[in-house]
Amino acid sequence: MAAAVDKSRVPWWVSNLIVPLVNLILALLVSALFIFIAGENPIQAVKLIIYGSFGYLDGFAYTLYYTTNFVFTGLAFAVAFHCRLFNIGGEGQAYIGGLGVFLVAINVSFLPVPIVWLLAIAGAFIFGAGWAFIPAYLQAKRGSHVVITTIMFNFIASSLMVFLLVDVIRDMKQMGPHTVALPKEIWFPTFKEFAALFGIKIRYSPLNISFLLAIAASFFVWFLVWKTKWGYEMRAVGHNMQAAIYAGISPYKNIIIAMCISGGLAGLLGINEILGVHHKIVAGFPAGYGFTGIAVALMGRNHPIGIFPAAFLFGILYQGGSEVTFDMPNITRYMFVAVQGVIILFSGALENLFRPQIESFFVNRLKMKREI
Amino acid sequence: MEILPDIASLINSTLRISTPLIFAAMAGLFAERSGVIDFGLEGKMLAAAFVAAVGSYYFGSPWLGLILAMIACVSLSMLHGFASVTHKGDQVVSCVAINILMIGLTTALAAAWFGQAGLTPTLTDEQRFLEITLPFADALRDIPIIGIIYSDILSGHYVFVYLAYLCVPIVFWIVFKTSFGLRLRAVGENPSAVDTAGINVFTMRYKALMINGVLISFAGAHLSTAVNANFFREMSAGRGYLALAALIFGKWHPKTALIACLLFGFTDALQIRLQGVELPAIGTIPVQLIQAIPYVLTVVLLAGFVGKAIAPNAIGQPYVKER
Repeated sequence: MAAAVDKSRVPWWVSNLIVPLVNLILALLVSALFIFIAGENPIQAVKLIIYGSFGYLDGFAYTLYYTTNFVFTGLAFAVAFHCRLFNIGGEGQAYIGGLGVFLVAINVSFLPVPIVWLLAIAGAFIFGAGWAFIPAYLQAKRGSHVVITTIMFNFIASSLMVFLLVDVIRDMKQMGPHTVALPKEIWFPTFKEFAALFGIKIRYSPLNISFLLAIAASFFVWFLVWKTKWGYEMRAVGHNMQAAIYAGISPYKNIIIAMCISGGLAGLLGINEILGVHHKIVAGFPAGYGFTGIAVALMGRNHPIGIFPAAFLFGILYQGGSEVTFDMPNITRYMFVAVQGVIILFSGALENLFRPQIESFFVNRLKMKREI
Repeated sequence: MEILPDIASLINSTLRISTPLIFAAMAGLFAERSGVIDFGLEGKMLAAAFVAAVGSYYFGSPWLGLILAMIACVSLSMLHGFASVTHKGDQVVSCVAINILMIGLTTALAAAWFGQAGLTPTLTDEQRFLEITLPFADALRDIPIIGIIYSDILSGHYVFVYLAYLCVPIVFWIVFKTSFGLRLRAVGENPSAVDTAGINVFTMRYKALMINGVLISFAGAHLSTAVNANFFREMSAGRGYLALAALIFGKWHPKTALIACLLFGFTDALQIRLQGVELPAIGTIPVQLIQAIPYVLTVVLLAGFVGKAIAPNAIGQPYVKER
C-alpha cells in the first residue's frame, strides 16, 4: 500500500472527481468483459449505447425519463445513508408510493388539477414513508437490521400489491393485473406536448414534468441534509452515534425520520410512473429502479450534485442498454443489472482500491510544481 | 389416523425446505463470527445454483457441478474479503454489490448461452442428484409409527438434506470445541486482543470466508441440481436473507440457528400446503398473501419479540492495525 497522504493536502477535485472517475472506468472495463463473455463485441455495444441514448431526440427524452426515476431512488438511498442506514427497500417503498398516488388521485380528481397534483405528490411521499416506517421503527427500537427488514418489506409489498391488483383494485373489465386509468385531465404534461409547441413531432415519450420534480427534490435534499439543524443531527447520528447521544441528539428520532424521508423520496417514483407514464398501477412498475438507486447514490457520493450526473449516467445505460438488447440477441436487460453490481462494487466497496496511490500521485506532483 | 400421512409429509417437506437455509445459516455463522457481515449469502447462493447447473450440464456430473459451484462461491467470498477485509471497504455495500451483480450476471449469462429467458437447460437424471432411499425403507413401511418416521420422513431425501443435518454438529464442534473455533470467535469479538496474541486477524477472516464459500455452495447446488433440474432467474427467492435472519434469531449459535431454519422451513411448507385450502371461519386466503407469510415471520422474529440478539462485538468493523 502506498504511504498514507495527509488528507488536508489532497485537492477536492482529486478525491471527488478523479478517484470516482477511475473507479467508474474500472467498473466499465469489467462490464465490457462480461459483454465479451456473453459473446458480443463490447465496443459495438458502447456505440449502440451512445447512439440509443443521445443519437436521436426520442432516445434522449427516454434517457431523461430514466434519469428522473434514478434521481428519486438515488436521493432516497442517500438520505438514509447519511444516517448510516442501508435502505435497500426503495423498490417496495416506490411500489406502495404508487398506490398512494393512485388512491389519492382517483379520489380527488374533481379538484382543480394543480391541487390534485400536489395531493398526489403528498400521497406518494406519505405512502412511501409509511412503508419505510416499520423497518425504521424496528431498527431504532429493537435493533432489527434494516437491510433484512427492508428486503423483506420489498417481498411483502410485492405480494400485497399483486393481491390488491388481482382481487381488490383491478380494472374488473380487463384481464391484466392493473387498475382503471386515471382521468385524462390530471395526467402530467409530457415532453411530447411540450415539443409540439415548437412544432417538433415526437411519436411517444414517457418524459414528463416529473423531471422538474426530481430537480426540486434534489434541492430539497441538499437543503434538508446540509442546511438544517435536523440534517446536522442526522449526520451526527450517522457519523458517531455515541457522540450524538452525548450531545443530546436522539438517535431513535433521527433514524425514524431519515428512513421515512428516504421512503417518501422513493415513493415519488410513483409520481413519474403513474401520473406521468402509465396513468394506472401496473403490476411490477418499479422494475428494479429502487435497486439501481443504490448504485446511483454510491456513485454520486450521496450528494445531490453527484447523484444527478450519476442518475443521468444510469439513464444512458438503461436507454442505451435497451438499444443494445434490440440489436444484440445475446444481451438482455439483466446484463445491465450486472453492470450496476459492478459499479456498486467499484465505487462503493472498493472505493479505496487506488485512492492512496492516486492521491499521493497528485499531492507529489503539486508539491513538485510549487518547488519549481 | 387419516391425519398422520399429512403430518408426515409436512415434516418431510420441512426437512427438505430447510436444507438450503441451514447451509446458508452455517456459512453466515463462520463469516459473522469472524466479524465480517455477510448479506451476500443470497448472491452466492444464486451463483452456486447457476454454476452447479451449468457445470453439471456440460460435464455430465452433478458432483463436478458442485465442485465448480464451490470454486465460484469461494471466489466471491474472497472478493468480499478483498473489498472489506483488505481494503476496509464498507461490508454491507460489498454484499449488496455481490447480490445485485449475481442477480444480473447469472440471468444474463443463462440468456446469452442458452437463449431461453434466463433458464439453463433441463438436466437429465444422470446430471442431477436424486432422492436417496434409505435401506429397508420399503420393508419397514408397514410397521406403525416407526415405519412412517423411517420410510416417509427420514428416507427419500436428496444427499444435501442429510449433509445439512450432519453439518450442524460439525460446525458446532469446530466453532466451540477446537482452537480454530476459539480464535474465530475471538477475532469477531476482540480482534486487537487476538492480534496481540500473535494471530493474524486478516488470515483468520479469510479462512472463515473460505469455509463460508464452501458451505453456501451446497445451498445453491441443492436448489438447481437436486430439488429442481435447472437454474432459473432469481431462484434463491430471498433464502439468503431468511437464513441470515435465522442466524440472528439463533443468536449466532449453530443449534438455535438450526431451530430457526426449521421454523422457517416449516412455515414455508405450511404456506405451500395452505394454498387454495378452505379454512374454517376464514375461508380461502389469497395465494399472494399466503406466500408473504415467511417474509412477515422473518420481520416478526427479527423484531426480537423473543429476546434481543447480541451480535459479535466487532462485526462490520474493518480491522486496523495500530501503527
